[in-house]
Amino acid sequence: MVATYETKNDYKVVGNTPIRHDGLDKVTGRAVYGGDVKAPGLIWGEVLRSPHAHARIKKIDTSTAEAMDGVFAVLTHSDFPTVDEREVSTGEDVVNLKRDQSNIMANKKVHYKGHVVAAVAAVDRNTAQQAANVIKVEYEVLSPISNVDDAMADDAPIILEGLVGDHLGEEVENTNVATIFRHEFGDVDNAFANSDIVIERTVSMSMIHQGYIEPHNATAIWAEDGNVTVWSSTQGSFGVRAQTAGMIGVPESKVRVNYVEIGGGFGGKTKVYLAPVAALLSRKSGGRPVKLIMDRSSIFEATGPAPGGKIRMKIGATKDGKITAADTDIMLESGGYPGSAVGAAGLCVFACYNLPASKITGYDVLVNKPKSAAYRAPGSPQASFAIETVIDEICEKGGFDKIQFRLENAAKEGTRRGDGVQFIRVGLEECLESAKESDHWKSPIGDAPEGKARGRGVASAYWMNGGGKSTCDLMLQDDGTVMMNEGSADIGGTRTSIAMQAAEVLGIPIEDFHPSIPDTDSIGFTGVTGGSRTTYATGLAAYNAAHKLVDELKGRLADLWETETANIKFNEGTFTANGDSIGIQELAGKLDPTGGSATATASVNLAEAGNAYGVHICDLEVDLATGKTDVIRYTAIQDVGKAVHPQYAEGQIQGGVVQGLGWALNEEYFITDDGAMANRSFLDYRMPTSLDMPMIDTIMVEVPNPLHPYGVRGVGEVPISPPLSAAAQAIKEATGKSYYELPVKPGRILEALNND
Amino acid sequence: MTTNSPSKVHITTTINGQQHELLVPGYMSLLDTLRELIGLTGTKEGCLDGNCGACTVSVDGRIVDSCLVLGAEVDGKEVDTVEGMASPDGLHPLQQAFLEEAALQCGICTPGFLVAAKGLLDNEPSPSEDRIRHWLAGNLCRCTGYDKIVRAVQKASS
Repeated sequence: MVATYETKNDYKVVGNTPIRHDGLDKVTGRAVYGGDVKAPGLIWGEVLRSPHAHARIKKIDTSTAEAMDGVFAVLTHSDFPTVDEREVSTGEDVVNLKRDQSNIMANKKVHYKGHVVAAVAAVDRNTAQQAANVIKVEYEVLSPISNVDDAMADDAPIILEGLVGDHLGEEVENTNVATIFRHEFGDVDNAFANSDIVIERTVSMSMIHQGYIEPHNATAIWAEDGNVTVWSSTQGSFGVRAQTAGMIGVPESKVRVNYVEIGGGFGGKTKVYLAPVAALLSRKSGGRPVKLIMDRSSIFEATGPAPGGKIRMKIGATKDGKITAADTDIMLESGGYPGSAVGAAGLCVFACYNLPASKITGYDVLVNKPKSAAYRAPGSPQASFAIETVIDEICEKGGFDKIQFRLENAAKEGTRRGDGVQFIRVGLEECLESAKESDHWKSPIGDAPEGKARGRGVASAYWMNGGGKSTCDLMLQDDGTVMMNEGSADIGGTRTSIAMQAAEVLGIPIEDFHPSIPDTDSIGFTGVTGGSRTTYATGLAAYNAAHKLVDELKGRLADLWETETANIKFNEGTFTANGDSIGIQELAGKLDPTGGSATATASVNLAEAGNAYGVHICDLEVDLATGKTDVIRYTAIQDVGKAVHPQYAEGQIQGGVVQGLGWALNEEYFITDDGAMANRSFLDYRMPTSLDMPMIDTIMVEVPNPLHPYGVRGVGEVPISPPLSAAAQAIKEATGKSYYELPVKPGRILEALNND
Repeated sequence: MTTNSPSKVHITTTINGQQHELLVPGYMSLLDTLRELIGLTGTKEGCLDGNCGACTVSVDGRIVDSCLVLGAEVDGKEVDTVEGMASPDGLHPLQQAFLEEAALQCGICTPGFLVAAKGLLDNEPSPSEDRIRHWLAGNLCRCTGYDKIVRAVQKASS
């Protein structure tokens, strides 16, 4: 059953902008991130990676490395226990343990360049690197597959031997397509036949990387009693516990994952790469703590990326501006093992529109590139680029206003998403109305200087947001402050946005909260910080725990006041009964005779979440001689439900926009003929810098989510999606050329301009 | 047990106003010297090739990527890191502005941004937005989109 709420209107804490509790540690350098972990007797690990994108491992000779001074242990796949094809949840997606074990340490075959083939532990990092480099591996090099067309060709080499694909319910062997699925309703063919306008395009995009600044890291101790202790930068400690335990073959209860601060994840730190390697190296090194930090080129070559691929998109409309039908084939690159974001792309692709007929076919396609991982609204940006590109053309062909057309066809409460799910209250129409009324939309773009041209693009996007499992513990201490434990990794101030929701219930100032994120032995199960779920789900756990704490305190107070619990009322931090009244913080000091500090704990498992919509407007200037683009004005409009901490919510939107603009304009995996990523450094993989970007304006629309007492929706993910098309359409308007391939980099713009 | 490390270099250096006498392996970066030998882990490792700025420190008043400087090179020099910015009287105005303006999300790039921004404001107390953006272009932030970082530096400037 799904609980719904009447939303409050008057808030004391929610909606304010207190300084986050962990802020001081993070501006002084005191905060302990995964790479900062120290342990007595610490030694270092390093891995050896495949120089080939696709090859069979014929022989691994570790003898030279083993004989080196300072080397404690050498590891290959044969040191891992055999595990079944069991699946475990990371909290956001599902991991196949056997395949992931082969992904973090290759078994017989390498599926991408940078695939780990061996690891060492040594007295220091330098020695470990030298030892890894003297491991000799003989390969039989196979031809690499770098795109979905080659992967789906009849004579394509098979990447994952033994894979049985699920093609619309049929089991298919000898294939690189792990899954083909379809969502369909209405008569699409008939609807297209009765349309005044039908446009069909195929768009494509390269893989791109999450680009978190902190490298993956892990430190582990596998002690003599069989207990394993892990420190690792992650979006979810319980996901690390499940994946590590599963891959090294011990029960989850034997693994304790300590919380460390995380230096960015964006979905890419839900998968585990190093912790099982560190644990096995520790065991082979006599229980010494072993630490690994991944180098940047390996992060590009072997972790992350968001899938590239190809999307065919066909949309029909009447001459009056009503969409008649939409049909798409989404082919996304999963990388070296199955599991791209194509499923989520299928849910997002048509979710901004109210369609009479819809057909969505998704393909999960293996290629010889790193196994893809979640990246901020996984699948939504690719899908948004495809549909919004075609919607823009329909508007131009039909002479429709680009925002009014979206309003006329907007998804609303009751609209069915492409997979059949019916929307609860959503805020797309409010976002579009807000965009229409915005200063940005009403202001002319202005004249471009000599040699340049300007254009404006608009695009919308959807992300469903996540619910899931979260836990929060509260303890009212006798000085009136609250100790709060919660299980969500804090990547952007969520300790505070969670505590604010308990503070709102309790009427205790947010400054009197002490939030902590404990290890996996010390807090109830909590899923990853991902799916834009943390402020919503863990916040709801805090809200529930606060109400339980109030109930507990009423019971204590009933003893002190010698009355019935039912007689005691609680409002805005004050308990009253029979003319008596006491503030909650004052009561805290009087609890000793009633049993000491009062505690409460709450866990939630939320099946649903409030959907998120964003509508973005992008003004952009193109240098017609060089193809260089500059974003000159940007406005992101988003339904946030309720912004618990408006400053941090806005920061999520701004950050998402800039990642989306990087995706639109610059970022790509540039793959050579032999399957290598040519641009595997921050110099050549060109993420936006401060100089590339303007200020990012936001308009936060608040259409309360009925599933949350304060109306909270997830905020973090959807803002990455609209920039892809908004920027591309702006460049189209500036140059008079259409762009169907991302990124729309200067070379592509010049090519289009020179093709006159 | 011996290591495969080359011989070590004897240096004397001043870090955040405090003198240190160290034996530094010849290959060791200033970044690892700070983190591994001194224990100052506020300076962060991001890329080890000078392209992200997370390891930014000041050497004799000039900001550098400490991953591209050898520990042995700071002999006789003054090194300032994020740990030296606050004083017993309180936070540096930049640190306070970063908190108030929400200029950090994950916080991994924050020490580098703070040290880099201090390097700017120490010499140019009132830089323009464009100047701030130009100065900080060597520091990557993947979370904020830079808007709030630029505003924080503006707030801390006089």
